Amino acid sequence: MTTALQAGGATDGAPVRSIFSHVSRPAILLAVIFVIFACLAAVFGLVPASQATIHGFVAGGYIGLGAIGLTLVLGVLKLVNFAHGDLLVAGVYFTILFAWAGLPLPLAMLVAMIATAALAFVTDKLVWQPLRRASASTLQLFLSAIGLALVLRFSIQFVAGSQVRTLGADVVSSITFGPLRLGTLQALALGVGLLAMALTGLALRFTNIGKEMRAFADNRALAEVSGIDTQHVINMTWVASGFLAGLAGILYATAIGSFNPNFGITLLLSLFAATILGGIGNAYGALVGGLVIGLSQEWSTLLFNARWKPAVGFALLILILLFMPQGIFGRTKRRS
Amino acid sequence: MSVDFWINVGVLAGIYGIFTLGLQLNAGFTGLLNFGQAGFMAIGAYTVGLLVADWGWPLWLALLAAIVLAVLAAIFVGISSLRLRSDHFAIATIAFAEIVRYTLQNAEFSGGNQGVIGFDNEWRAAAGWMLTKLTAIGLGSYTQLPLFIAVWVTFLLLLLAIATLQRTPWGRVLRGIREDEDATAALGKNVFSYKLQSLGIAAGLAAVAGFFVALNVTFLYPSVFDPTFTFFGYAILVLGGYASYTGVAVGSIIFWALIEGTRLMDTAFSAGQQAALRFVIVGFFLILLSRLRPQGILGNRNEMRVRS
Repeated sequence: MTTALQAGGATDGAPVRSIFSHVSRPAILLAVIFVIFACLAAVFGLVPASQATIHGFVAGGYIGLGAIGLTLVLGVLKLVNFAHGDLLVAGVYFTILFAWAGLPLPLAMLVAMIATAALAFVTDKLVWQPLRRASASTLQLFLSAIGLALVLRFSIQFVAGSQVRTLGADVVSSITFGPLRLGTLQALALGVGLLAMALTGLALRFTNIGKEMRAFADNRALAEVSGIDTQHVINMTWVASGFLAGLAGILYATAIGSFNPNFGITLLLSLFAATILGGIGNAYGALVGGLVIGLSQEWSTLLFNARWKPAVGFALLILILLFMPQGIFGRTKRRS
Repeated sequence: MSVDFWINVGVLAGIYGIFTLGLQLNAGFTGLLNFGQAGFMAIGAYTVGLLVADWGWPLWLALLAAIVLAVLAAIFVGISSLRLRSDHFAIATIAFAEIVRYTLQNAEFSGGNQGVIGFDNEWRAAAGWMLTKLTAIGLGSYTQLPLFIAVWVTFLLLLLAIATLQRTPWGRVLRGIREDEDATAALGKNVFSYKLQSLGIAAGLAAVAGFFVALNVTFLYPSVFDPTFTFFGYAILVLGGYASYTGVAVGSIIFWALIEGTRLMDTAFSAGQQAALRFVIVGFFLILLSRLRPQGILGNRNEMRVRS
């Protein structure tokens, strides 16, 4: 904000800014979230509103973590990865596979995340790298992404079947905080989700590769000129994207309890919404966007029947595209 | 038995041919990545089904209403989303198609997952009449033949109409937009309006396809209109050829012959696994074609320029 103030002060003829331009956008967002929560609490009572908000944070965790990978790939490689939702599914089914092979569940989850990262890396080598070299058109990239999504989703369905499954963990026990109740697994998903979001944010902020990725997403030409190893950044982007997708999928499966191989495509539009809301290529934005989408979906259950929850995500996506195509943190003039 | 099977494949190829004509107009000739075609098709099919079954409209009038409604939906989607970047537009249209499907699945008026039934009496009467004529030339035993004829006559007429339209100055403006939007705008063309027209026509075609889907499946349920079917349309498009309307017909026949043909093979897989395998094959199709021959069988490489 200081730069904006200096810029405003330095040029005499600058247009008068509204008072809101002096408040940071995250602060506005936080205020909006709090006001909505207060309104909901006033109308529906504090307990239902808090309950929905907690569930919103659970959903926000996996949507935000899923959206980071999507936004990094979009920012670094200018690729709309329609197969990203299916990487989340892959993470979950890898977990089932490794658990079935005899690993204890937490270890199976960790190995599954690594396996998903490897899968993302391999898809880059097999599908995306050749297309990059041939400087393929948008349509070619779109169709390949859709093709890859179909291959991943239905290969999983071929092997594991399309029936509803669970991770085989204890879904009955719950924790109570006064009048609030939360499933133990959901509490775990919430804790791990928030922790992972914080760690990811820190890694992007302070590690070299995190900085390089953000630099790349921000301005590729400038990043290349300053000597960043392109191939390394691209590889690490896929690995990070896959790892976080695996984690997000596992958190989803843990929090929801039951799932089938089609959950990825349904979740994908929520991930897109979070990505665009946060500003394309902006990893912190994706985390915040994820929280906003998660909260909105869960809050909507106070107003409508819960079966409309996914539709709320889709509608939000369209509204965001229409009214804030640059996202919360995006700049007003950014074209790729 | 086997002839009936292939007649059915022909019906599917014709229906998805009509469906893909619209995608070809959008993606192939206007550079517009419309990924919501399944949504327009659903609107068409459900309008026909509900108007006939619940309101007692005659079938032809319901078809007209379906086309009008799908075009109106396209105008709504277009006005709100056409100003977006092309990749954002694609995402917005997918979201639109998902909203349509979700609404049909969960709303009261559409019968939810029970679907809509009992709208095809008039069609059956007409088909019965056609069958008596077909019996006279010895083809009366193929019960799906009337639908096949209706679909393909419609498809070929529409194909002819749209290919003719493409050769008019109107069609050239669309290609101009695909090649260079700013230059076309600089020539004084209202790019937005042309894009909207392109999208509207595609939605109308999708509604016609939806009409035939309704007649083919005889009862409507939301998962018939999964957004995945838009991807089928794109597979047909790239297979037949980018920016080629004849390619749509060729692509659709090859695509459905391959997809449905796999049903005839004796495999050790369960029905569910075979269904999954078909989608895996479509996926590989898309990946390999966009890598090896992005312009498709009848397409022209020089026409391939969709930018973001």
